[in-house]
Amino acid sequence: MTAIDVRERDPYRLGHRSHGHAPGHGDSGPAPIRIVVGYGFWIFLLSDIVMFSAFFAAYAVLAGKTAGGPSGAELFDLRNVAIETAALLLSSFTCGLASLAVTARRSSWFYVAMAVTFVLGATFILLELREFAHMVASGAGPTRSAFLSAFFTLVGCHGLHVTAGLLWLLTMMAQIFAKGFRDDILRRFMCFSLFWHALDIIWVALFTVVYLLGASR
Amino acid sequence: MSNADDRHAQRRDIDGLERYDIDTAPGDEYLGDAEVGSGLRGYVIGLGLATLLTIASFWLPGTNLIWAPGIPVALVVLAIAQMGVHLVFFLHITTGPDNTNNALALAFGVLIVVLVIGGSIWIMANLDHNLMPMNANMDMNR
Repeated sequence: MTAIDVRERDPYRLGHRSHGHAPGHGDSGPAPIRIVVGYGFWIFLLSDIVMFSAFFAAYAVLAGKTAGGPSGAELFDLRNVAIETAALLLSSFTCGLASLAVTARRSSWFYVAMAVTFVLGATFILLELREFAHMVASGAGPTRSAFLSAFFTLVGCHGLHVTAGLLWLLTMMAQIFAKGFRDDILRRFMCFSLFWHALDIIWVALFTVVYLLGASR
Repeated sequence: MSNADDRHAQRRDIDGLERYDIDTAPGDEYLGDAEVGSGLRGYVIGLGLATLLTIASFWLPGTNLIWAPGIPVALVVLAIAQMGVHLVFFLHITTGPDNTNNALALAFGVLIVVLVIGGSIWIMANLDHNLMPMNANMDMNR
């Protein structure tokens, strides 16, 4: 059997494990470190999403329990939420541009894309903090009702993640600046970009469940 | 050796077959320096689709386009579609054979998320239903 035959019948060599290899190492030796790191970080992100699902469940159950206080429909400013959403979505895009710049080893593009990502992320956080401050000042703080406790826990937890992401973004820029496109730095950057994109996925669930469904409740 | 070479390393094993290392990590793409343009196209498509779905989500509740009680369902469907767009175009999670581990981990994550959220809503709605509110109770006793 020629090599061509095998590859045509089974291009990804799923069913052809040759003998004489160490078990668990598949056909082509152990996976590269980059694959293992990415997979491990993906598992972390999924467990983070599972943690968020508990907050989402608590919010969904408590969304109507306003204890006579203000409801979501009275509190939420959808225009503000739309701007936050646009900022985070665009920052996800510019983070993608930064990873393309890393692939092409263009450090100037990288710094510009990361700086824009930082500005957009910071815009998001500032808008969210302003919304929180406004709510607390008008007597709708986290202690007002079960609904508001769940709201501040869920949205605040996402905001904390974005803040941590912004700090991580700055350290990634510093690492590329100080150490260049080294293999270990590239792996760290890959983890960062995965983290940043995952935050945007959680925000999609968040603006739908909390703000859009809350405003139409 | 550049990363692109690394990724597509082609070699000849003991049995004489040529092998390609085609594993991808999440967030990974096959990109040589010349293929940055196609990577950019992926991100632009993702941004376009995500923008469309976001605008649809914000626009829908203010219209009479669909039956009012159906709006929450439509919003949830739009959100799930947008999460799919993000996963494919931004995180590069695909169902390709090189991505099996990532996709399986995702499937397990989705299972847990559905169980936690769906189970909580179901069980708590059931509880609310069985514990009648005070005034309804008093109406019954009257």
